Amino acid sequence: MSLIHEIDHGTPRSKSETMVTLTIDGETMTVPKGTSIMRAASEMGTAIPKLCATDMVEAFGSCRLCLVEIEGRAGTPASCTTPVMPGMVVKTQTDRLKRLRKGVMELYISDHPLDCLTCAANGDCELQDMAGAVGLRDVRYGHEGHNHPNPGLDESNPYFTYDPSKCIVCSRCVRACEEVQGTFALTIAGRGFDSVVSPGMEESFLGSECVSCGACVQACPTATLTEKMVIEIGQPEHSVITTCAYCGVGCTFKAEMRGNEVVRMVPWKDGKANRGHSCVKGRFAWGYASHKERILNPMIRESIDQPWREVSWEEAIAHTASEFKRIQAKYGRLSIGGITSSRCTNEETFLVQKLIRGGFGNNNVDTCARVCHSPTGYGLSQTYGTSAGTQDFDSVEQSDVILLIGANPTDAHPVFGSRMKKRLREGAKLIVLDPRRIDLVRMPHVEASYHLPLRPGTNVAVLTALAHVIVTEGLADEAFVRERCDWDEFQDWASFVADPRHSPEAIAELCGVPAEDIRAAARLYATGGNGAIYYGLGVTEHSQGSTTVMAIANLAMATGNIGRPGVGVNPLRGQNNVQGACDMGSFPHEFSGYRHVSGDDTRQLFESLWGVALDSEPGLRIPNMLDAAVDGIFKGLYVQGEDILQSDPDTRHVAAGLAAMECVVVQDLFLNETANYAHVFLPGSTFLEKDGTFTNAERRIQRVRKVMPSKSGKADWEITLDIAQAMGFDMHYAHPSEIMDEIAALTPSFSGVSYAKLDAEGSVQWPCNEKAPLGTPVMHIDGFVRGKGRFMVTEYVATDERTGPRFPLLLTTGRILSQYNVGAQTRRTENVVWHGEDRLEIHPHDAEQRGIQAGQWVKLASRSGETSLRALITERVAPGVVYTTFHHPGTQANVVTTDFSDWATNCPEYKVTAVQVMPSNGPTAWQEDYDEQARQSRRIAPHVEAAE
Amino acid sequence: MSERSSEKLVHMANQIGTFFASQGAEQAPAAIADHLRKFWDPRMRAGILAHLEAGGADLDPLVRQAVERLRTMTAAR
Repeated sequence: MSLIHEIDHGTPRSKSETMVTLTIDGETMTVPKGTSIMRAASEMGTAIPKLCATDMVEAFGSCRLCLVEIEGRAGTPASCTTPVMPGMVVKTQTDRLKRLRKGVMELYISDHPLDCLTCAANGDCELQDMAGAVGLRDVRYGHEGHNHPNPGLDESNPYFTYDPSKCIVCSRCVRACEEVQGTFALTIAGRGFDSVVSPGMEESFLGSECVSCGACVQACPTATLTEKMVIEIGQPEHSVITTCAYCGVGCTFKAEMRGNEVVRMVPWKDGKANRGHSCVKGRFAWGYASHKERILNPMIRESIDQPWREVSWEEAIAHTASEFKRIQAKYGRLSIGGITSSRCTNEETFLVQKLIRGGFGNNNVDTCARVCHSPTGYGLSQTYGTSAGTQDFDSVEQSDVILLIGANPTDAHPVFGSRMKKRLREGAKLIVLDPRRIDLVRMPHVEASYHLPLRPGTNVAVLTALAHVIVTEGLADEAFVRERCDWDEFQDWASFVADPRHSPEAIAELCGVPAEDIRAAARLYATGGNGAIYYGLGVTEHSQGSTTVMAIANLAMATGNIGRPGVGVNPLRGQNNVQGACDMGSFPHEFSGYRHVSGDDTRQLFESLWGVALDSEPGLRIPNMLDAAVDGIFKGLYVQGEDILQSDPDTRHVAAGLAAMECVVVQDLFLNETANYAHVFLPGSTFLEKDGTFTNAERRIQRVRKVMPSKSGKADWEITLDIAQAMGFDMHYAHPSEIMDEIAALTPSFSGVSYAKLDAEGSVQWPCNEKAPLGTPVMHIDGFVRGKGRFMVTEYVATDERTGPRFPLLLTTGRILSQYNVGAQTRRTENVVWHGEDRLEIHPHDAEQRGIQAGQWVKLASRSGETSLRALITERVAPGVVYTTFHHPGTQANVVTTDFSDWATNCPEYKVTAVQVMPSNGPTAWQEDYDEQARQSRRIAPHVEAAE
Repeated sequence: MSERSSEKLVHMANQIGTFFASQGAEQAPAAIADHLRKFWDPRMRAGILAHLEAGGADLDPLVRQAVERLRTMTAAR
């Protein structure tokens, strides 16, 4: 293994299809029109010296190091800013150029501290490299650098330092912040020798609007912006390409290592999801892997009021199997089940559902998609025939109108959010449907054409009104519908939406959005060119979540916005492998590849390979398991990498369900909240410690590669394997690649997937099979998976959760950039400097009415429960709406959310809870009791050595 | 099955009914029954059938028809 050095071609790749031929240093070279001379030379293997150029940002032409000579042209133009022309003859190395470059380098070095031996960038410094490249041997101006005083280090950011004395003012960081990240947090302040990189209005990095994505650090050619881990450890010596374990974007990174220690995670330019970009979580927040609270030994206890007792792997596995067998013997085959993890790999997820179906003998398996995107699976399968988004992320580069519904990509899917912002800066239009004024509504160089701040719970009404405008104003794409969809069903749907009761004017009061805005948004989406819909949990986590997904699918079909790049229906998946977990058969009613368990042919295929009889009846979903536990008929649960006590709604009910079980087995990195009710704890492994694959929101299957040994001794797939064998269900795999081979053998949409192919191609998007051996970036190109696209009538039905005198406000919950899901990982990193606690966003009007001051403790109460947290007064939320996150167990926001759920899938209605907010003195009695219970539950008995 | 569970099943079944109601009185019961058959585990289905046997209180008319249809389907298996 060695360090992977990616070639920096200096300027971005041109997308032109017109080719240009020129001569560089006597060699003929053909490149796309628009390519810079620098890039053309680089692609033929000649590295022209450069400092201000890097291929992640546009050419800037400031350093004057990349000069070339062009036959017939005067002077020495910069090769980075000069595009190739047909017949051009270029020289990259002449005596004149050598002299000029050396002179430029002399000037740079004369003003640069020469502490190279002790500099953190020693060995990874482009300034050093260029000094070598131009043959700099002397500096006629001295080395004192009097003209560039050192104003001091900025160490405010927890992950990187800013040392202005080492800055060469190449502006790569400023441009990366603008062009790649789109935050515009940096600028060059001052002039001449006083020029200095400035975050915000000459603030510290931490105090500025910097989002700590790391793009500036990656772009910096010197030690001006340096990862603190590099300063602490030194330069890495080898690297491994792997996939981030945070959100559904699925960024690929180079894990840069020194021995078994991660030095830094650097986004990989060839990563097809992230294209070389990253966010604060993936780039920096991996320290949880070695956090002191990580549990590394298996533990068991007889009852949840006892302290944990560390045991050997053998004892823990034998105890687990024995307990599950005992429970089934006493309460029946259906009395146990399990939950697969959207944070674990496809292979691990597949094994858990295999264990449950084949080893437990039932279909009581579910996954956390139950509480996020299960309506996506249902809604899109009904309308299009497949349970996934239709596009790849690159597609957004060809979108003209983006309809963003109930998603906040700059916080929850930040790297894709940056790609979306880039397209918006290029001129694409944006429509935002969201109760909150999310950042994308108006931020530097981005402004939504329309923000429809609809009242929570009225998605279906608004989407049907959009459809009403499209149909009644003749904006539907009839030719597309006639060719690609069921025409009769379209006509039924069209007459339904055309009914005046669905007009924007009729529903304006209900949804709180002016009718003219709904009309204008509909016209823009239908007529503005390529219309792409992106949506998130603001769509799915409602009692009509599935209906909303179908309404979205209807809109795309009616306007012909499906089946080509730039358009489509794109669910932004929450967790890293939530798409994969669903694909792998984690739902209780279907096998991998979304095939119902009642299908005899499919079931027999699995039975034949697994050598066991399988149940043809659907099993219990997570909420059904908890209901059944409270009823006393569900007694054992195997939870891999989920924390349902914190993430699932109605915490008291979840706790009651868990407490009613006789054996709860939690497999995780930490003693999470669910583990408070567990009898067995099996220590899991981080994504750094195992091999496998994740599937991101664009159906892209990517490799996760082991970069260090498992700290607990077993990868998660090995633990499941051990449990299966102990229960008498024989499974044998030597490596996760063998599990993928089995997945491919059993799942038509994965039949062409193998580790060899993933290693060769980098990644593939399913379906990947005989018809599409290299995968499918855009789906439904020639026809829908189900044949004809199916329009579904989407009648608006108000949720049963209603505001009233006791609970007059509507609570909606979500996430924030620096934290991830239940926070088990990110709370154990320095990311807590940005979000150390959950806060309640409340509109100034509602706050004033209640006498609430900024930062004050407030009690948040619903019919389910109450909790206290501090208030954040902001106009991001509309009057009547409050918002909070669920990242911190101290808050337990889900003690407030209710058990109402989507009609089709039981996805909880997190986005609509009627609440009251009032000033409070601090945490509630429930929070204090919970904290004490959690503390008691996490006790670990001192290890006692056995007597000789 | 507890009273709370029974109430919950009725609520869930009626919710399903509200979506399929738009398919009309002729088609909706079959669609609702099919949904229950595909997505509810046997004990939940048994619970709603038991509720029907006990009078089927609070079941919406189309849902009641669907559960009756489900009873027939179950008996035929």
